[in-house]
Amino acid sequence: MRFLSESPSLHAHCYRVLDDNGQLIRHSNFIQVSEDIAVKMYSNMVTLQTLDTIFYEAQRQGRISFYVTTIGEEAINIASAAALTLDDFVFPQYREPGVLLWRGFTLQEFANQCFGNKADYGKGRQMPIHYGSNKHKYFTVSSTIATQIPHAVGAAYSLKMDKKDACAVTYFGDGGTSEGDFHAALNFAAVTEAPVIFICRNNGWAISTPTSDQFRSDGIAVRGQAYGVRSIRVDGNDVLAIYSAVHAARKMAVNEHRPILIEAVTYRVGHHSTSDDSTKYRPADEIEWWRMARDPVTRFRKWIESNGWWSSEAESQLRSSIRNQLLQAIQLAEKVEKPPVKDLFTDVYDDLPPNLREQEKLLRETINRHPKDYPADVPL
Amino acid sequence: MAAIFQGAGAAAALSSSPSNSIDSKKFLFSPRRPYSGMKGASFVVVRSDGRASLDLNPKGRRAQQLIANAVATKAGSSAASSSSKPGHELLLFEALQEGLEEEMERDPCVCVMGEDVGHYGGSYKVTKGLATKFGDLRVLDTPIAENSFTGMGIGAAMTGLRPVVEGMNMGFLLLAFNQISNNCGMLHYTSGGQFTIPIVIRGPGGVGRQLGAEHSQRLESYFQSIPGIQMVACSTPYNAKGLMKAAIRSENPVILFEHVLLYNLKERIPDEEYICNLEEAEMVRPGEHVTILTYSRMRYHVMQAAKTLVNKGYDPEVIDIRSLKPFDLYTIGNSVKKTHRVLIVEECMRTGGIGASLTAAITENFHDYLDAPVMCLSSQDVPTPYAGTLEEWTVVQPAQIVTAVEQLCQ
Repeated sequence: MRFLSESPSLHAHCYRVLDDNGQLIRHSNFIQVSEDIAVKMYSNMVTLQTLDTIFYEAQRQGRISFYVTTIGEEAINIASAAALTLDDFVFPQYREPGVLLWRGFTLQEFANQCFGNKADYGKGRQMPIHYGSNKHKYFTVSSTIATQIPHAVGAAYSLKMDKKDACAVTYFGDGGTSEGDFHAALNFAAVTEAPVIFICRNNGWAISTPTSDQFRSDGIAVRGQAYGVRSIRVDGNDVLAIYSAVHAARKMAVNEHRPILIEAVTYRVGHHSTSDDSTKYRPADEIEWWRMARDPVTRFRKWIESNGWWSSEAESQLRSSIRNQLLQAIQLAEKVEKPPVKDLFTDVYDDLPPNLREQEKLLRETINRHPKDYPADVPL
Repeated sequence: MAAIFQGAGAAAALSSSPSNSIDSKKFLFSPRRPYSGMKGASFVVVRSDGRASLDLNPKGRRAQQLIANAVATKAGSSAASSSSKPGHELLLFEALQEGLEEEMERDPCVCVMGEDVGHYGGSYKVTKGLATKFGDLRVLDTPIAENSFTGMGIGAAMTGLRPVVEGMNMGFLLLAFNQISNNCGMLHYTSGGQFTIPIVIRGPGGVGRQLGAEHSQRLESYFQSIPGIQMVACSTPYNAKGLMKAAIRSENPVILFEHVLLYNLKERIPDEEYICNLEEAEMVRPGEHVTILTYSRMRYHVMQAAKTLVNKGYDPEVIDIRSLKPFDLYTIGNSVKKTHRVLIVEECMRTGGIGASLTAAITENFHDYLDAPVMCLSSQDVPTPYAGTLEEWTVVQPAQIVTAVEQLCQ
């Protein structure tokens, strides 16, 4: 009689390609990346970092109502997106705007959504950072945790039925893996042999809950085996490791019709959101250490510089250019008018049903009677 | 919501007017993917007098078309279709299956997912034979994770499939409430119309025969507030098949409520293809004295009470509301304006049920036409007991309906 231990004697191995100084670890195998792709990845990471800084400040200044940063997780966002194709469906949680950025969402489009103006594809209905774009195959962010994981399995099922050369990808945090939807989706993906990649951003914190209070398993990667899903643990701050792992995972998912679980170990440098002050539950020097010593952007910069693909001139040029573009985008987005009142009622169904038509009529009558009580920047 | 025509009863009359005869095959749309054929398409409207015209304004259709004898009465009694083509007899669960099978043949994007729907054929045999015919991928057996397979259905719907998700019992869909409310109902709206969710969620519900409290739930009460979904309840083989087909073709998420005790109802239904309108109520028995609004199983208790009432000299008008969200206030309103008295008979509990909402809607809209306050007979606010005698008395019985009408008509 032998019980399986509750924890393995050895932690699951963590795949890494670059060391902390951005130098290749000897004997590491990885997928070669061209200068173009490497520089593009780096630029996107810098853009994401700058986007986060500026928009966070904008929220603090009261120009937007809410924001969520991705600081510390730029490598997961950009490198995973780079390893996918534009045919793959992406089901995000909410800390993956970098994937959308890689796919071509413009800074103006990001700003429009955060300001909820007329140009927002979501027609101003959702909170900031709840991006969604069907042309980029990036499914609208829903605030609920882990509900997107079964969606991805459903999408993978749809791709499999159509025999498409594409897969579904979904992202979630360490906290999201406690939800029932995570468990059932993985189980189901394995049973249906669905081409889906599950990427867990294990960033150590679910708002104020550290992973030690979230689960007692050896992280997330070991759970894959429990469902019959192939899995890997990756250093989430290592661009080349993420790129290689997602690249390999995609190949397996599409060619072998199997789900893959990737645990990207990282750290949430920023607060959970602008409604949170994480210094209340974790030491400030811990945050600083991860921000400075373990920054994925700096680490990758060291590697591309050592290849002669980057310079400090290029760096300052890029950063100031992006910063200017962002400030302009914000200014412009702020001025664009809001979506009209009629968009309050459309898209609940495909057509406007009688009860909603009536409700809109009542609202307009009320606005007519009390115009001073209604915002001036919402067109009627 | 897509406007769809209802052809069956009138199609029968067509066969007798050769100059305007319509080939029933013309009713069939060619399947194409993604299926977005409804909006903007023109429809052949079949009027009850047999004439057909091309209707370019589907919303104006309502004014032209009478919902004459679109009635399912008890087995054996005459329905409109029996005067024409013979049709075929089947049980309600077979009608659901027939509708589902026809839609799966017509559109390869339609698929089924649920527990034991595959080779087992479903707990009430609605999906019997489909897995053998369409394969394991299109008729998917899921693990026991309602929230997750409903979520899967939503993800599949957003990427082009048209899933029909079966809850083994409607009560189990309480576990799927998060996905239904937060994603199914919302994502079309929050994505700014970018992603549609043409999903159908169906299953048996209602109070059965000693199934216990957990298996006797009326989920229509809980779901009715969710914006973005439509709800319909079938009650006869005819409308079961018609509503199933309409729900699958709709671009909106539709919840189709079936009743555990109605699956073995037999009726003769037309051989030609037909669809029932998702937003329309069904006139079961026209009358003058009182409007009785009901749906699902209670329709049969009402009709039983109606027999007694007729013997006592009353003339009740019975309407099966069928569309639980939104209410067909047009049909209901016309009836109220005629009879001035309303009795609602439902299986939901007193608090927060369909009857409660319907009472509010009628009072708000038709207050001036009422000669008496709206009466609503519902189940008590108790979990359904297992003991047969107790269970019987939590549900509205024909005797209570008769008493209520007598009170109302004093």
